[in-house]
Parts: sequence; C-alpha cells; structure tokens
Amino acid sequence: MHDASTTQRAAGLGVQLENVKRAYPNGVVALDGLNLAVSPGEFVAILGPSGCGKSTLLRLVAGLDRPTAGDVKVGMDATAGAAVSVQHSRATVAYVFQDAHLLPWRNVLRNVALPLELRGVDRRAQRDASLRAIGQVGLSDAIDRYPSQLSGGMRMRVSLARAMVTDPRLLLLDEPFAALDEITRQRLDEQLRRLWADRGMTVLFVTHSTTEAAFLAQRAIVMSQRPGKIIEDHRIDLPSARQADLRGAPEFARETRVLYAALERGGA
Amino acid sequence: MRRGKGGWPGRILPPIVVLIAAVALLEAWLRIAHVKSYMAPLPSAVFGAMFHDAPELLAALFWTTLAAASGFIASGVLGVLLAVGLCAWPLARRALYPYTVFFQTVPIVAIAPMLLFWLGFGLLPVGVCALIVSIFPVIANTLAGLLATDPALDDLFRLYGAGPLATMWKLRLPTALPNIFTGLRIAGGLAVIGTVVAEFLVGQIVGHVGLGVLIVAGIHQSRLDIAFAAVLLASLLGLAMFAAVNLAARLALHAALTPGREDGHE
Repeated sequence: MHDASTTQRAAGLGVQLENVKRAYPNGVVALDGLNLAVSPGEFVAILGPSGCGKSTLLRLVAGLDRPTAGDVKVGMDATAGAAVSVQHSRATVAYVFQDAHLLPWRNVLRNVALPLELRGVDRRAQRDASLRAIGQVGLSDAIDRYPSQLSGGMRMRVSLARAMVTDPRLLLLDEPFAALDEITRQRLDEQLRRLWADRGMTVLFVTHSTTEAAFLAQRAIVMSQRPGKIIEDHRIDLPSARQADLRGAPEFARETRVLYAALERGGA
Repeated sequence: MRRGKGGWPGRILPPIVVLIAAVALLEAWLRIAHVKSYMAPLPSAVFGAMFHDAPELLAALFWTTLAAASGFIASGVLGVLLAVGLCAWPLARRALYPYTVFFQTVPIVAIAPMLLFWLGFGLLPVGVCALIVSIFPVIANTLAGLLATDPALDDLFRLYGAGPLATMWKLRLPTALPNIFTGLRIAGGLAVIGTVVAEFLVGQIVGHVGLGVLIVAGIHQSRLDIAFAAVLLASLLGLAMFAAVNLAARLALHAALTPGREDGHE
C-alpha cells in the first residue's frame, strides 16, 4: 500500500489538524475536536453522512475558511511540526468541487489555463502546461470546445485538468464525481488514481461512496454526524496496482463492508 | 438563435398585418364618425405630415436622437462604473445603494425645470434628464449580476490568489454581462422618455428643436398630424435603441458564449 516511491512522496504536502473546531455564527458546530494527520503523498478518502462537516474540513485545509479553535497546518513536513501556514502553501493546493464550475465563456483550453493566468504565468508556459493537463485527462480533441458543448463527465475532466495544471502538491476533491453516472464515475476514478500514481501529490477525497473510497484510497476516514469527529481511521488493505476488475474481488467487498459498518455506526 | 416557424417572414408578417388592419380601422372610424382633425388626426394625415413636414421632423429626430443617445451612453457607462464601485466596496454599497433608488423614484417632470435653471437651455439639461431617468435600471441590474457569481468560483479565484481587479474583470463582469444588457435594454426606452419630457419644457427657446418641442407646438397650433408624427418618430427611436442594445447583446454574448471554431470537432 506504500506504493508511492520516495521521490513521489517528496512531491506531496503533509496535513495536520489539531483539535480543530469550526462553529458558525448561527450556532451550528460543523467540526469539534477533530484531529487528523495526513502524510505527504498519501491518498485519503473522507466518508461520512451528509452535513457531517466533510466540506468544511476541506475548506479549512484549503485555507478558504479558518477554524474557530485549533490548528490547521499544511506543509512539507507537517507531521514533524515544520509546517508552513496554509496561506503560504496555497500556490500548491488545488480544489475540485462537486460540480465542474467552469467559466461558460471560456473554451476548454482557457478554462484549464485560468489558474496559471491568475498567477501571472507567461502565455507560452500557460499553453504548454494546459495542453499537458488536458492530455492527461484525455481531452486533447476538445480544447476548442465550450463547456455547453461537453457532457457532464467531460466537464468534470476539464475541472480535474484545471486542478492539475498547477502541478498541485495537495489535491482536495469534494465529492467530485457524485453527480455522474456509475460508468463515467469509475472511469474518472481510474484516471484520478493514475494521476496520483504519476505525480505523487497528497490527495484528500470526500465521497459518499464506500466503493469509491475503497477503490481509490490508501486510507479511509469515516466521520460521525455533526459535529463531525473521526470514528474510523481505516487502512485500505488492497494492492497498489488497482484495475477496474478489482471491484469484483472478495477482498474489495471486505474493505467496503468495513467502511459501510463504520458509516452505520456514525449514524449515516 | 432559434427562429419561429417559417424563418423571419413568419415572425414579421403577422404583426405587420395587425398594424395595417388597425390603422385602416382607425382611419375608417375617424372618417365615419366625423371626428375633427384637432381632436384626433387621420392616420393618413399623420402619414402625409411625415412627407410634407419631413425636413422639420427629421431635424427634430436628429436632436432628440442626439440627446437621448448621449444620455443613454452616459447612463450606461456611469451606471456600470457605479455598480462596479458599489460591488467592490461593500461599505459604499450599504451606504449609497439606497440613494440610487432615488433615480428611479424621482419625478422627472418636477425636477426637469430645475435642471434647465441650473444647466441652461441647451442639449446638456436634456441629456442629463435622459441620464437621470435611465441610470437606475443599469445600476440595479449590473450590481445584481456582479454579486451573483458562483460561490465556488469565488473560492477558486481566491485559492489561486486572484486580486480584486482580476476577479472583477475575469469573473464578475463576464458573469454580469447578460444582466448589464437587461439594464441597458430598459435604459434605452427610458432615455427617450426623459429626453422628450425635457424637450417639452425647453420649448423653442433654442435652435435645436426636438421631437418633444414639435409635439407641444403641434398641440398648441392644432396641428395634431405633426404632433402624432413626432410621437410616432419618438416611439420608433425608442424601438431603435432597444434593437441596437439587442444587437449589441447578441454580438457580445455570442462572442462570449459560443465557439468561433466548432468545425473539425464532430
């Protein structure tokens, strides 16, 4: 399961949350007393019932939100305490939302180039990096198309390419493929798993699906209902080379059962 | 764009048939009932005035168009800029937005005389009148569009370190474009109304006699044919403004939302 080589591991950022609490002004406590340590280069799936604070957790890690109490550290070696603040490492963090959220007035190429454009990367480098990222998600034929001309699955791939174009060292995904049909979702899962194996970034992947978590992750975390706490921290005991047919294997069923049982305990 | 059944003749013919029938009915009724021409002119008389008094009417149309278009362009530019400012500074928005509503509620007929008093009897007060009457829908619609960005995209721009300028230019303004055109469409018609109202009050004091002046003069001189011809031209001007904004909207949104190079892919 430690399939990322040492060089790839160096390409990921570590994440550490210590006693994190997030309460909203309206009295809702999304997270309370949450502790989580993610090693650099690790692929972690986060499972839990709706409204358990999974998205809040991702937003905190991305630096889009601040904890009411506790510490969120993201850095080269967060676990060793040499963390940089979230703000400083933002440049290497990418976020994929539940829906594609593309700019409808931009074609695929210009959508994917957006993060580089906003960071002032020069045009030529923008184009090269964007074409590479688009190629990696298999959309090289569609660079001139506009979001309205793409299927839901293609739009999501553009969204993934837009996240990958900055060569992120921490990739945060918030139920990215939940709205897609099963076949498309499985394809995208396989694509994401390959991207991770190639690039070795750290991945936090929020999902509702136990099978998706088991197929993708090295480690799955199950959260309880609000205020969200971690009630299960499970190492997925599956080979690192995961093909589509793994989903039919008995050991795969065993892993999903473990996650499912934990979800039930959490009140899903 | 989708067309109605049978292409553009199918869309244009029915309203034209209705127009011709209505005008013919009106003409017949006015003649049969012997309505006096100083009470209501015959459509044929109005049509005749269009030709007999063409030089006067066209000159008036020119001045009214000039004033309405300047007022409209000013309200478009100022309205969008103000909305951008109100969007960028939430404090200003809270403090000032209530007062922009004033532009909508101000009785233009009441303050137009004061504008003449302050600004003199030229094109300026007439254009300013058009501006005051037409700016509110531009501000309100633009601001609504600027504030209606997808929260996820706001986050994305923040995550990638986009400054306020880049966010405004690359996210908010493009998002607001359809709303801006909605505001401009309304503003076009209102600018003509504001212009004509101001012209009522300006009278014939200065050289540029607009359509509003002709309407008032026509009524005073029992020349309802000219007055109606001027009203007709003013309506057509409003329509033309509306059509011009529509055309601009179609071009802009077309360029923004549909690909230039679809060919070669499927």
